[in-house]
Amino acid sequence: MADTFDLIVIGSGPGGYVAAIRAAQLGMKTAIVERENLGGICLNWGCIPTKALLKTGEVFEKLSHLGDYGLSATGASFDFDKVVQRSRGVAKTLSGGIAFLMKKNKIEVIEGTASLEKATPAPKVMVALKAGGSRSLTAKAVVLATGARARVIPAVGLVPDGEKVWTYREAMVPKAAPKSLIVVGSGAIGIEFASFYQALGAEVTVIEALDRILPVEDADVSAAAQKAFEKRGLKFRVAAKVTKLVKDKAGVSIDLEAGGKAETLKAEVAIVAVGIEGNVENMGLEALGLKIDRGHVVTDDHGGTNVPGLYAIGDVAGPPWLAHKASHEGIHCVEHIAGRAGPVVHSPIPGCTYSEPQIASVGLTEAQAKDKKLDVKVGRYPFKNHGKAIASGDTEGFVKTVFDAKTGQLLGAHMIGAEVTEMIQGFVIAMTLEATEAELMQTVFPHPTMSEAMHEATLAAYGQAIHM
Amino acid sequence: MTDILMPALSPTMEEGKLSKWNIKPGDTVEAGQVIAEIETDKATMEVEAVDEGVVDAILVPEGTDGVKVNTPIARLKGEGEAASSAPAPLQSTTPTAPPPQAVEQKPAAPPASSAPAPPKTNGSARVFASPLARRIAAQKGVDLSAVKGSGPHGRIVKADVEGAKPGAPRPAAATAAGPAAVSQVKSLEQLGIPPGSYDLVPLDGMRKTIARRLTESFRDIPHFPLSIDLEIDRLLEARGKINAALEKSGVKVSVNDLLIKASAMALKAVPDANASFTAEGIAKHHHADVAVAVAIDGGLITPIIREAENRSLADISKAMKDLAARARDRKLKPEEFQGGTFSLSNLGMFGIKNFASIINEPQGMILSVGAGEERPVVRKGQLAVATVMSVTLTCDHRVVDGATGAKWIQAFKTYVEDPITMLA
Repeated sequence: MADTFDLIVIGSGPGGYVAAIRAAQLGMKTAIVERENLGGICLNWGCIPTKALLKTGEVFEKLSHLGDYGLSATGASFDFDKVVQRSRGVAKTLSGGIAFLMKKNKIEVIEGTASLEKATPAPKVMVALKAGGSRSLTAKAVVLATGARARVIPAVGLVPDGEKVWTYREAMVPKAAPKSLIVVGSGAIGIEFASFYQALGAEVTVIEALDRILPVEDADVSAAAQKAFEKRGLKFRVAAKVTKLVKDKAGVSIDLEAGGKAETLKAEVAIVAVGIEGNVENMGLEALGLKIDRGHVVTDDHGGTNVPGLYAIGDVAGPPWLAHKASHEGIHCVEHIAGRAGPVVHSPIPGCTYSEPQIASVGLTEAQAKDKKLDVKVGRYPFKNHGKAIASGDTEGFVKTVFDAKTGQLLGAHMIGAEVTEMIQGFVIAMTLEATEAELMQTVFPHPTMSEAMHEATLAAYGQAIHM
Repeated sequence: MTDILMPALSPTMEEGKLSKWNIKPGDTVEAGQVIAEIETDKATMEVEAVDEGVVDAILVPEGTDGVKVNTPIARLKGEGEAASSAPAPLQSTTPTAPPPQAVEQKPAAPPASSAPAPPKTNGSARVFASPLARRIAAQKGVDLSAVKGSGPHGRIVKADVEGAKPGAPRPAAATAAGPAAVSQVKSLEQLGIPPGSYDLVPLDGMRKTIARRLTESFRDIPHFPLSIDLEIDRLLEARGKINAALEKSGVKVSVNDLLIKASAMALKAVPDANASFTAEGIAKHHHADVAVAVAIDGGLITPIIREAENRSLADISKAMKDLAARARDRKLKPEEFQGGTFSLSNLGMFGIKNFASIINEPQGMILSVGAGEERPVVRKGQLAVATVMSVTLTCDHRVVDGATGAKWIQAFKTYVEDPITMLA
C-alpha cells in the first residue's frame, strides 16, 4: 500500500466522494479518508434517509383521505421500527454504492480519522485507522471535505441527549414516534422533520427566531407554507426566542419569549435544527495556520485556502450547506488542481424542502431583487386553477417568477406545491444558459403537467397568462 | 430540393422579419401563391412563390427577426431542379441596380471541431451569445462581434457584455458592401447622463434605417442651402377656386399638393436639377418623381408621387391622401417609398418658419417648406402685407451647383407665385 498520492480527500460525503471520482477520471492517483460511513452525512444521516422517511409520511398521509380518489381501506397504521429500518436500508444501499464507485475508479478508501501536519507541497495526512494503528500519507494536494454537524446552544439547553432532545441525527433513528414534538428552527431541516412527524400523527409546534418560517425563501412562499402546514395541524411560533429548555419526566419544557410575552411549551421530544457548524476541530488545522471564520474554512473561487496545497469544499467551506453545492465545488476544485478547468459557467444553486407541500427555489427573492434596486416583473400562477393539479388532487401552492424588467433576465423562481423539487431544475437550466423571458415563453412545456405552471408564471410576469 | 431564399424586397433591404407563414411542410406550392409575409422597417409585404413544389421544411420560424436577405427560409421538393431565374422575385425593377448587399449575407458555418477555440466572429459569421447577453448588448449598443466570449465554445455571456465598452469598434475586416463602418459610440453614462434617469426604447427597423441613411447622407453629401421667401396669396386664391370646381367630385387640393405640382414642373423646366450623382456619371432623370415626407408614429417615411409633372392636381391630391393613410398604417409597398428624384418636406403646420432638411440619397435636392404667415413686404418702397412662406432648398453640390439650384428656385417661385403659369 503506497502512501503517496496525487490527491487525498478527507471526508466521503457528496463533496468528498464526487471530488475523488472526478480526480480519478482526470488520471490522479486518489485516496479518500472516511472516519464513519462512505457517503458522509448526506447519504447516511441527512438528505437521503430523510427523503425515505418523508416518502413514508407522504404515502401514509394519502391513506387518510383515500376517499378523495374513490378508494377506501381500513386499519391504516404504521410500524415505526419498519419505517426507520426502511430509511436505514436505503442509506446502507447507497453507502454500498459509493464503495462500489470507489473501487470502480480505483480510489483507495482509508477508514480512519485524519489530522494534518505542515508539509510541502501539501500538508501531510496522518490517519488514525479504525482498525488500529496509523498511516502517514503525502500528496500533491489535499481536499478537506469534512462537512458539518448540527449547531447546539448549550447556554439555553439546546443540546442533544438522544432521548428527549434530538438533532437531525437522533431524529433519524428514534425508538418510537413521538406523540408531541417541538422543533426549534424552521429551515429546511426543521420543516422536513416537522412535516414527517406530523404525518405520523404527532402534535408538532415549530419555533422560529426570525419573523417568518423558512426565512431564506421568498416571503410569499413562507406565508403560503405556513398556511399549508397549519391546515395540516402544525403550529408555529415565529419571532420567538428559546430562553430555556428543561427536561422533565414527560419530556421537555421550552420557555419562549415572543414580542415581549413569555410562553412555555411542552412536548415529548424537541428537535434542534438551528443551523450547522463546520467540522474543523481536532485535525491540526489551527497549527497549520488555516484561516477559519466562524467555524468555516475560508476559501477562494476554486476552494483554495491560505495553506498551500490545502483545499476545502462543501459544508466545511461555508454556505449554502447543500449537497449539490458540495459536489460542484468538489469537481471545480479538482479540475482546477489538475489544471483542467474549463470555461466557468455560473449556475445558481437551487434549494429544496421536501415537506408536504414541497418547496423549491432558485435565485433572488422578490425582496432581494428590489433591494438591489432592480426594476422587476413578477408573475404568480397558483396551482388551484391548474389542470394537472386538479386532476391529481394537489391544488396547493404556486409558481412565482421574478424577472429583470430591463433585460428580461430570470432573477429568481420560487415554488410551493406538489413535485416542485423536481421542476426547479428547469429554471436553474434557464438561468445557467442566461435565457430571457422570451425563450421561456417560447419553450413548449408538455400538457398536462405540473411543469406548465412554470410557463404560466413566466407569462404572468408579462401580463400574458392564459389560464388565469 | 429547392431552397426558398429570403427575398430582397428592395435593392437596399438587408434583412427583415419573417412575420407569417402561409404554408407548412407537406403543402403544395404553386408559382405566384402567397407563401409568407415579410416585415421590413417600413412595410409588410407578401411573398409570392416563384418555384413550385411540395414544402419539405420551414427553415426559419414565424416571427423570426433579422433574417438576412438570401438566407434559406424554406425548402421545396420539386420535380427536378426547377432552376428559378429570379432569386429575389419582388426586387423593384430598377434595371441597373445590382444587389451588392445581398451577396455577403450568407452566414458562415461555424467550424465543427473547434470546441476549445472560440469561433472567429466577423460581420457575417454567426456569433454565439446567450440570449441575455444579446439583449444587453443591443441595449448598450455593444457590437457582439467585437466581444470575446468566456463561456463554453467561446460563447459570449452576460459578464462579457457587461465588461465591454459600449460601441467598441468592429474589427478591421469590413463587410464587402462597404460603409457600415460604426464610429466610436460613447455610452450615455460616459457622456454625462446617469443610468436610471431615462427610459430606453429599443430601436425598431424604421428608426435604425432613418439613423443609418440620414447619417450617411449628412456625412457623405456636400449639402448647401438656398433660401427664398414666396408670396402665396395668389396660390391660396387659386387653391380656393380649384377646390370649388372640384367640390362635386369630393377632391380637396391642399397647398402641399400645389407645391408638389410646382416642384415637379420646376424640375421639368430645369432638368439639371432633376439628377443624381453617381461615380459613373450624373443621372438625369426622365421624370420628376416627387417624394413627400409624411410623419408617422415613431418616425417618418417618404411616399412618392411618380411623374408628378404630368399629373393633375386632383390626381396628385388623391394619390397623396391614399399614400399618407397607408404610410401611417405601415402598408406601403417598397416601390412606393424607395427611390424618387426629389423630396419635399413641409413643417408649416407646426409653425416652423424655415429649415433645411437632409437630402435623401440618391436625390440631388430636397425642399423644406415653412409656414405661410402674414408678413410685411415692401413693394416699390411701399409697405404692404402679404402671406409669405419661406422655403429652403438643400442641394447635393456634387450634382447641383448653386446656379442650378437657384435656377430651379426661380422656376419654382414663378409657378408658386403665379400658379396660372403652370398651365403653360
